[in-house]
Amino acid sequence: MTGQVRGGARVEARGWGWRHAGRRDPAVRGLDLVIEPGERVLLLGASGAGKSTLLHGLAGILGGAEEGEQTGELLVDGVAAVNARGASGLVLQDPDTQAVLARLGDDVGFGLENLGVSPDEIRARVPQALASVGLELPLTHSTTELSGGQKQRLALAGVLAMRPRLLLLDEPTANLDPEGVHEVVDAVVAAAAGRTLVVVEHRVDAWWPHITRVVVLGADGVIADGAPDAVLAAAADVLAEAGVWLPGTADGMPTHPAGDPGAELLRTDDLAIGRGVRSRRKAKKGVPATPEELAAAVARDLDVAVTAGRVLALTGPNGAGKTTLALTLAGLLAPVAGRVVASDALADGTVADPTAWRSRELLTRIGYVFQSPDHQFLTGSVRRELELGPRTLGRTPDEFTPVVDELLDRLRLTRLGPAHPFSLSGGEKRRLSVATVLATAPRVLVLDEPTFGQDARTWRELVALLAEQRDAGRAVVVVTHDRTLIRALDADEFVLGATVGARETGAGS
Amino acid sequence: MTTESTPTTTEPTQAAPSRRWRVIDIVTASVLGVALGLVFILWNTTSSPLRDALGALLPGLGALLAGIWLLPGVIGGLIIRKPGAALFTELVAATVSVIIVPNEWGWWTIEAGLVQGLGAELVFALFLYKRWGVGVAVLAGIGAGLAMAVNDLIVWYAAGLTPEFATIYTISAAVTGAVIAGLLSWVLVRALAATGVLSRFAAGRERAELV
Amino acid sequence: MTTLLAPVTGDKVVHRINPVAKITASAAIGVALLITIDWVSGAVALALVTLLVPFAGVPMRALGVRILPLLVAAPLTALTIALYGAPSGEIYGTFLLATVSEGSLQLAAAAALRVLAIGLPAVLLVATVDPTDLADGLIQTWRLPARFVLGALAAFRLVGLIVDDWRALVLARRARGVGDAGGFLGRIRFLGSVAFALLVLALRRGGSLATAMEARGFGGDGARSSARVARFGGAEWVLVLIGVAISVAALTVSIAVGSFNPILGPRG
Repeated sequence: MTGQVRGGARVEARGWGWRHAGRRDPAVRGLDLVIEPGERVLLLGASGAGKSTLLHGLAGILGGAEEGEQTGELLVDGVAAVNARGASGLVLQDPDTQAVLARLGDDVGFGLENLGVSPDEIRARVPQALASVGLELPLTHSTTELSGGQKQRLALAGVLAMRPRLLLLDEPTANLDPEGVHEVVDAVVAAAAGRTLVVVEHRVDAWWPHITRVVVLGADGVIADGAPDAVLAAAADVLAEAGVWLPGTADGMPTHPAGDPGAELLRTDDLAIGRGVRSRRKAKKGVPATPEELAAAVARDLDVAVTAGRVLALTGPNGAGKTTLALTLAGLLAPVAGRVVASDALADGTVADPTAWRSRELLTRIGYVFQSPDHQFLTGSVRRELELGPRTLGRTPDEFTPVVDELLDRLRLTRLGPAHPFSLSGGEKRRLSVATVLATAPRVLVLDEPTFGQDARTWRELVALLAEQRDAGRAVVVVTHDRTLIRALDADEFVLGATVGARETGAGS
Repeated sequence: MTTESTPTTTEPTQAAPSRRWRVIDIVTASVLGVALGLVFILWNTTSSPLRDALGALLPGLGALLAGIWLLPGVIGGLIIRKPGAALFTELVAATVSVIIVPNEWGWWTIEAGLVQGLGAELVFALFLYKRWGVGVAVLAGIGAGLAMAVNDLIVWYAAGLTPEFATIYTISAAVTGAVIAGLLSWVLVRALAATGVLSRFAAGRERAELV
Repeated sequence: MTTLLAPVTGDKVVHRINPVAKITASAAIGVALLITIDWVSGAVALALVTLLVPFAGVPMRALGVRILPLLVAAPLTALTIALYGAPSGEIYGTFLLATVSEGSLQLAAAAALRVLAIGLPAVLLVATVDPTDLADGLIQTWRLPARFVLGALAAFRLVGLIVDDWRALVLARRARGVGDAGGFLGRIRFLGSVAFALLVLALRRGGSLATAMEARGFGGDGARSSARVARFGGAEWVLVLIGVAISVAALTVSIAVGSFNPILGPRG
């Protein structure tokens, strides 16, 4: 294991508050909280309740007077948190931006170098830390060629090597697929070993068995505090409002049974897909694929049909090519071999190959929502973002303003009309990205992991919206890991990777 | 890890900006340098023919396209607003552009980055690191441009320089510095601030409304 | 793109030499060729460096890709100087402000050789430089401030992500209806829009990275240790001496033959 840990740290907040510079209201106000050594605390609350701020404060990294204003006290083992940085370790949400150095061993040792630990001691602790999180890879392994779960475990190892008495985790599994989630939870529980643990998460199922105490934060301090089941009962409505995924929330989600399938809109013909294997230009010219290109394809002989009035879920393990298939179906990526054929109803006057369609022609035929909403924002305000599609099609303001207003209203974005898309919260960005696609009313909707990392409330709204689109005669294709989504939308499923091109229909798992 | 416990009290709302670089300052300047260094690479590979075509048309006019190399220094200074920001950002951009795709100037790209960064840095220093408006931005761009001109003319074009070439090159460099490095940087910083991504910097907070 | 140009790794001594020594060696050659612009010094340096190519530990394919910019730039530089170099000797022709003369042609040849002679050692040595080793060298051997060097190194890790973002941004624009940029101006606007989004995303990632680094104790007041040692021993000195030797040889031959042409001296 990771060596001797002298028990956990004791955390105490006395009337603590923090206001970020540049913001009018404090993120946290008047917080009184005591956490005894060795407790395992789950911190819940609505977005903006200050959970992240509290964790950053405990880690001592909120910054000085230049960054904001502190009131009250925040103590770790009796010492002000800013002066106790070595006592706590913080693991953050994004797997990609926590690795500092290129090689595994170097990265784990980074924190130790910062603390001035001797090189011999570093050499001893690094393998221990990696072993304690189950990352049995050579020390020279690249830190970028890891799965999400591995990257988060690497971050954890880097923190554990510093022997913190207080372990802080800020949504460590939010950006991971179900497999990664379990990897990380298991690694944390195994390594926690007597340290004080404070976890902030939205999806709590995996953590629930290991938690000793739940604290619910609100705008003015602690709303509920106590044993997990007691708090669950006492603060149920607050938590539901906050969109927390409690144990049982997923099972309680409404389902939207599908009606009869309509016309087939897209179909594939011996499709082979791959990324960066062939350019669109080459595919347009009709040059047949070379054997090397075929070998580089991530999946071959695919037989997919996209039907109006149904939802098609593309599933499979990471790396199986789900996103690649979605991009190819949507005409954004050239097939390596074979073709994607649009029906006459969908093509509506142009050729049958979506890859050959002009960018503008895609707008009314196939809409694509990217996994990361940031990639598709083009303008400086939410309203203009929604107007962009119709404008590009040459529609007049009289034509599109009612459509835009309705979408803003439907997706609860009206208040954010003038805000810059990049400044929105995660859930708001997701809603905006879906809304922009709907503004031009395409017949086929393709969405890449639309429910990833969403709180329960946004989830419910999105699913209802997608069901609505489906029932209005559109075809919906989703790339997803989320079995609850597949069940709720009564989706047909196409599994990649297990047996190449296997096809199953049915109401999810 | 100190053992004393210092109870913190309410700090005054407007603390004077310190001269010490925070981690966010260093990483942001580095990220700016890296991102712009990548843009350099793209620019180098696509604009070489254009640059030399311009140069064939009128000697020294090739310098007009060079403003993009001077951008990191000015933009680094405008965002970070601390001594050394312009120099550091420009250096990182130059180093990145050499390491990823070696170009024809080899290590001298870094030397050029140093000189160009200094050009912008000197202007910011002249204003005591207190003025960050569009005028200062343009002047910093001109400073970088002139530094580039002096460096290039001595190092690369020294022998066989005609006075016309030198003059046109210097003037082009100043113009490109003013417009691309200076004005464009200033516009970019305002645009970036509007996205909220500069919220930990004074440059970002000036623009954004209090939320 | 970055995997194609990732550092060449290997087991030879040259791969493990302190990158700072590599910079010094190639800079030595560069300085010599800086002082004079004549074709003899360029040719001598280029010839000597070419002899060392087999020892640089860079496979031919990797070398070929990296040399390309040099091979493009050398003739273009020559062209500029041929047209606008100070006229001397027999005049071959004029066009607008351009004057092609015997002198300018000689200078053009010299300039082209110089580009190659300065660029080639840089290409050879950069190809085998690992960024982390470079950072260690800069901090331990040249004593540059650790916070800045490491901050830059960490930001460098984001390059792969930035390239991925670029690809996604281009695809997204096609999906949003604005992917077919028309005309020259349209292409500039398209690239500008993508570049701006890239900057925003990169800055956001930088913020996360900074927080993560601080969470691991970076930027604190205490002294920093280093798990890796950057040495400057025999192999490093040998490399530096080789660089100095090449530069001295080039200058000596140039002076001996009489074609030494200092850049700041009277026109030769």
